[in-house]
Amino acid sequence: MPVKTCLVCQGTGCVSAGAGQIHAAIREEITRLDLGENVYVKRTGCHGFCQQGPLVVIEPEGIFYTRVKVADVTDIAQSFLPQGQLVERLFYRAPDSGKPISHHQDIAFYSKQQRTVLKNCGYIDPEEINDYIVVGGYDALRKVLLEMSSEQVISEVKRSGLRGLGGAGFPTGQKWEACRKASLEFREQRTGDREKTHLSSLISHLSPLTSDLSPLTSHLSTFVICNADEGDPGAFQDRSVLEGDPHSVLEGLIIAGYAVGAKQGYIYVRAEYPLAVKRLQIAISQAREKGFLGKNILGKNFDFDIEIFQGAGAFVCGEETALIMSIEGKRGMPKFRPPYPAESGLWGKPTLLNNVKTFANIRWLINRGADWFASRGTEKSKGTAIFSLTGKIANCGLIEVPMGITLREIIFVLGGGIPDGKTFKAVQTGGPSGGCLPSSLLDTPIDFDSLTAAGSMMGSGGMVVLDEDTCMVDMARYFLDFTQKESCGKCVPCRTGTKQMLGILEKITGGLAESNDLIKLQELAEMIQKTALCGLGKTATNPVLTTIKYFYDEYESHIKNKKCPAGVCKALITYEILSDKCNGCHLCFKSCPSEAIKGEPKKAHSIIYEKCIKCGICFTLCKFAAVEISHPDGHCDKFRGSQKLR
Amino acid sequence: MKRIIIDGKQIELENKTTVFEAAKQNGVYIPSLCYYSQLAPHGACRLCIAEIDGMKGFPTTCTTYVEDGMVVRTNTGLLQNLRCQIFELILSQHNKSCTTCAKNLRCELQTIAAYLGVERLTLPFIEKDILVYNDEPFFNRDYNLCILCGRCVRVCNEIRKNNAVDFAFRGIKTIPCTSFSKKLENSNCEFCGACVDICPTGAILEKDFRQSLNPDKVVTTICPYCGVGCSIKLEIKNEKIVRIAPDIDGPANKGQLCVKGRFGIKEFVHHKDRITSPLARQPDGSFKEISWEEALSVIAEKFAKYQGDEIAVISSAKCTNEDDYIIQKFARTVLKTNNIDHCARLCHAPSVAGLAQTLGSGAMTNSISEIADAKTILSIGSNSTATHPVIGLKIKKAVAHGAKLIVINPKKIELCRFAYLSLHHKPGTDVALLNGIAKVIVDENLQDEKFIRERCENYDEYITHLSNISLEDVEKITGVGKELIIKTSRIYATQKPATILYGMGITQHTHGTDNVFVISNLALLTGNIGKPSTGLNPLRGQNNVQGACDMGCLPGVYPGYQKIDDASVREKFEKFYQTNLNPKPGLTLTEMFKEAYVRKVKAMYIVGANPILSAPCLKHSECSLTELEFLVVQDMFLTETAKLAAFVLPSCSFAEKDGTYTNTERRVQLVNKAIKPLGESRSDWLIVCELAKEILKIRRHLSLQKEENPTVSPFYKEGIEGGFDFQNPSGIMDEIAKLTPIYGGISYKRLSEKTLKWPCPDENHPGTDILHREKFTRGKGLFMKVSYKPSTELPDDDYPLILTTERLLYHYHTGSFTRKVDGINKISPEEHLEINPSDAEKLGLSDGDFVKVVSRRGEIRVKLQVSENVLPGVVSMSFHFAESPTNALMNHAVLDPVSKMPELKVCPVALRRTNN
Repeated sequence: MPVKTCLVCQGTGCVSAGAGQIHAAIREEITRLDLGENVYVKRTGCHGFCQQGPLVVIEPEGIFYTRVKVADVTDIAQSFLPQGQLVERLFYRAPDSGKPISHHQDIAFYSKQQRTVLKNCGYIDPEEINDYIVVGGYDALRKVLLEMSSEQVISEVKRSGLRGLGGAGFPTGQKWEACRKASLEFREQRTGDREKTHLSSLISHLSPLTSDLSPLTSHLSTFVICNADEGDPGAFQDRSVLEGDPHSVLEGLIIAGYAVGAKQGYIYVRAEYPLAVKRLQIAISQAREKGFLGKNILGKNFDFDIEIFQGAGAFVCGEETALIMSIEGKRGMPKFRPPYPAESGLWGKPTLLNNVKTFANIRWLINRGADWFASRGTEKSKGTAIFSLTGKIANCGLIEVPMGITLREIIFVLGGGIPDGKTFKAVQTGGPSGGCLPSSLLDTPIDFDSLTAAGSMMGSGGMVVLDEDTCMVDMARYFLDFTQKESCGKCVPCRTGTKQMLGILEKITGGLAESNDLIKLQELAEMIQKTALCGLGKTATNPVLTTIKYFYDEYESHIKNKKCPAGVCKALITYEILSDKCNGCHLCFKSCPSEAIKGEPKKAHSIIYEKCIKCGICFTLCKFAAVEISHPDGHCDKFRGSQKLR
Repeated sequence: MKRIIIDGKQIELENKTTVFEAAKQNGVYIPSLCYYSQLAPHGACRLCIAEIDGMKGFPTTCTTYVEDGMVVRTNTGLLQNLRCQIFELILSQHNKSCTTCAKNLRCELQTIAAYLGVERLTLPFIEKDILVYNDEPFFNRDYNLCILCGRCVRVCNEIRKNNAVDFAFRGIKTIPCTSFSKKLENSNCEFCGACVDICPTGAILEKDFRQSLNPDKVVTTICPYCGVGCSIKLEIKNEKIVRIAPDIDGPANKGQLCVKGRFGIKEFVHHKDRITSPLARQPDGSFKEISWEEALSVIAEKFAKYQGDEIAVISSAKCTNEDDYIIQKFARTVLKTNNIDHCARLCHAPSVAGLAQTLGSGAMTNSISEIADAKTILSIGSNSTATHPVIGLKIKKAVAHGAKLIVINPKKIELCRFAYLSLHHKPGTDVALLNGIAKVIVDENLQDEKFIRERCENYDEYITHLSNISLEDVEKITGVGKELIIKTSRIYATQKPATILYGMGITQHTHGTDNVFVISNLALLTGNIGKPSTGLNPLRGQNNVQGACDMGCLPGVYPGYQKIDDASVREKFEKFYQTNLNPKPGLTLTEMFKEAYVRKVKAMYIVGANPILSAPCLKHSECSLTELEFLVVQDMFLTETAKLAAFVLPSCSFAEKDGTYTNTERRVQLVNKAIKPLGESRSDWLIVCELAKEILKIRRHLSLQKEENPTVSPFYKEGIEGGFDFQNPSGIMDEIAKLTPIYGGISYKRLSEKTLKWPCPDENHPGTDILHREKFTRGKGLFMKVSYKPSTELPDDDYPLILTTERLLYHYHTGSFTRKVDGINKISPEEHLEINPSDAEKLGLSDGDFVKVVSRRGEIRVKLQVSENVLPGVVSMSFHFAESPTNALMNHAVLDPVSKMPELKVCPVALRRTNN
């Protein structure tokens, strides 16, 4: 009987759904059935399809079990017996046909992806360095240290066309080159100083305490930092990489350290990611044991170590200068640039700062070569992009797709389209500061420049799909509410400007706005875009500007007609009980928090409008579609109520 | 050389500077709220945006550095439009209550509103509704008016390094805040007022700002507190000081002050306890106001009776140079005595004596501003952040620039926070410790051989002497680990330039001069002298203690340290003064009290000193003064000393007179009269001149009578009333310049343009920043062999703890000024005895208990403060509080053989619990 591997996902999503117990139960069951020789049960990182978790995958066939519960473990274990049957009820079902699909390679969500950075996520045990080494881990580091000079590494990265995957898409090789240059200059200057003070001549004959003579950080004249401060609501690709394949990030960091001449690396990861922190800690200590970190790595004259710095949850600390301030122990507030961190970063020293995914890409482009890397993607955006696909979409999860794929393909092929038969309205990319793109732009290819040109951005890689039930004004208000709360408060346009904009948006959704307000809103948004200090402020207005651009009619409707076309803005709607549909089940009566529903059991109920707080609980709970959303003036458009699915 | 074009204007620049500064220097106004010249660029207000060819978007000029060929436009329509919108955002969060705001007409928002021509505001007002902090000392904080320019936060963190406030909360709720919103008293705040000065709006304001609106005039003068010599601006309204602001051009302070200078002046100047007319003591002990004529004639008559050494004069380091010069001239020419001394006896007399022996000059060798560029700072026995706060800033700045600070102090002082190494030795063991450091330097061959060979002498004997020292013994004596001593030696000897700063911890010992010698050895050994940012720098305590010494208010020297036992010098002075001078060196301050106690000194004239509290052993000083036949005290207040006088003469404060002070770095600065003297009070020089003339008149009368008698003393031969006919202090300075080579080129005319540092021998000399550059004042630097001697009194079973003394940031000297300031009394109302927790536990005492501190000479009652800052076996007190006069406990009997300094830092005491 061939040996099989049973992969139990231990990403945050699956763990919170009970994957830990499932892993233990499967192990136990396999042992009980005496299959230990034939079945290797393994913990893995995130598979990406978190919506369907907890996931169990049987390799080498690629059998894909979704939403596994502890109760299913016996059946899964039994399936390994010679006469065992696959557990069909756990198969993934296609969103359109409902047909069960047994193998992951047949699921569109996976088959259309081009997993590179995520390749090992879901297949190797993230807490076991040997698992990583088996799949070629640290080969790139070996290659770099044994065969390449720092300059060669940088030129390879430059040639690959890799761009920063934190969102801004700055050419990575260029950044590395600048940092190396600054680092060399810095060291030269320092050596100069030292000669002046005759220090070097003294060092030779002094006893072991001599190290105190050298300035505190002289051996740390350059730093590399991995930015793992993933703050966007809904984005979790950095977390998944750290949880699923931490060594790939470490390897990238070490190579970067070698390339730019740094001896100390930091990983700035949010404390809200405890699992990622834990796995990084394990990975770092294992890498130290194996000699990939520490002194004289791989026997070469190269020292490098990595420290984890846990952030305290400020969104703005994802901004590189704020992140550096935070590591320095100061309040995370962005600084003006230039000077860029590559010249003057942490403690004023040259500092290379890249995103998790950028570092995770390094080993691939070293192993397979810059040409291979550059062969994928578009002309200006090479390689792959990772998105967290969420919102009103059938397949939620993490996807890695080649640059240049269209939005349509992602949403309707990988994503399986909009569920519940609703229509697509817009897609918001790049986190809370991204723009909302309408259906007319669905064929936009995904790359840094096209998205920016359309008014949105690659950003953190969040991709929120919105359907017809979403009010675009409310949606802009929602995101702006987030960004204005997360403003660090330093510069005026961001701090006060976004707040004033939020005020106007609240007026609009509250039905109190006049057409002047819209002009003011747009003016403010443009001014903030032009004058804010950092990326947070400059992009915070994107959701507003794009919704004004692409969904102007919705704004108009709110302002002129005092109507919310999607029926979302509470001030502009009322709830109504249709007496012909209400059978008096009394459920809404019992659930109404403000006692705004009157009526006796088994008789049609009605709403006391003075008391109604428009929480919508009656609408959600009603099993007979008897509660409807309408406009205060009684006129009823084709609203959600009439379309509500049973 | 960089050429740029700003708004069509060609500008050429030498240095690296921002576009904003380039524009400012060339008269192009760009609005900004967060820019401040002394702070790092911040870029928060976004008002200084510009269009720069080749740059994306709208860069802020305050954060953009000039590059050759830049073309900048600062006032296009688009920019002004954006600025208007940004400014409107600022105003939409700023409570527009201008008419009732105390900052009205001084508010920077108004300037910008005028520049932008803002007419109508369209955005709704966002109420902040933040609690106003108005119950803290000195200033109120109303963050409803805050526009978050961040200047207060930045000045507190960047320059003051206190980090008392930082931004808190996010988004629209962001405000400057102390940690956990604690009150300022409970934060790191030191009430330096830098945030008040820098705030562009009314968010941070002095409590009584309203009174200070539209001052009649602003007078620049020098702070009367410590020796730093900060330049301050007195704002005067109706002959009253209403506000004190730092002078941003002040050479020593560059716009910074401390709590005493910023908030501790106007209350004592205008205090109700000021004496405003001469007082005569009545038989019943009370004082009666009398007229000047009466006072002067009675005093003159009395003084005229005493001959030479029967009389002693104590002058003051708080007086101006001119006052002090006149006082010593009075003592020497009229009273014919060299019994003239002042409080330097109790502070830096060992420095003056010690450094004069080893280097030839007893002043700071280098300047304050050089500290910031040092690579190593050795701070010994100086709590600079408390005693010289503005020098403390320079130290912090140096540390921020990568200098290594080594603090040697028995106490864990605030500077330790910034220190690379902190050495806490047992009080009184400095000689052992510093010899140990020197030994390591020599053993490891880190000394500067070339410097020693070329410029020093007595080196070989010194080395032989060092070879007898063992580090193990040093460790045992000082309690400082060997490792630390070795590290210190290596850093000081190799990380150059290295500077030494020291204070009372070194000098106030009976072996104070020895301490100074060993410090001097260290600097000579490593060649850290005569070069920028090096040197031996005694930080002088009083505003004009340097000047008072320079002016010859010392028993052994004439002005400019010209020795009285040098016949040619004496001849020069006799010729100029047209009188015979007493060739016998006089008594030191400490000796005067001893001699008074045995009635050898019969009369005393004390000007601006309060030795009852400052001299050791209160009982002894008090008895000595009561033993006197005649005591005249000249002061602003009825001090503890003045209460014992027969006559008290009212002198006026620094704000009421012209003159000069010489600060600790030898910088002579003009003191300018800001208000009329209060009541009948007069400048000290004027009073002394009048008195001198009065006495001389009597003497002339006497001598006429005695003319027939040839046996009469030749002293009385000449009448020199003309020697005291000065119209103003400027004239006195001219006389000083004539007689004092180091002041030779100093005149009011020159000083009004630029301050000068002595030596300044002639009119064209620019002054001297660094002493001993080419050669030492005495020729060669002298190595001194010094062995450790234990302090006179050591702890025993009866007196098991060592009491040492310190100064507090909030108080000054005997508290005659600071104890009169409400806010200061609120922050620091009473004395505390600091004790290590282990000692407190042994004695069963806890924080807040009252104890009696008993020494062999007296006892005082004080509150206990348990603190890790003192070592076990050591307790510490200040001497600012008359209620618990620490010096009552000190030993007056044994003096430093050279400088006559008593032991003020080591006093064995016992503690006894007492009732609360």
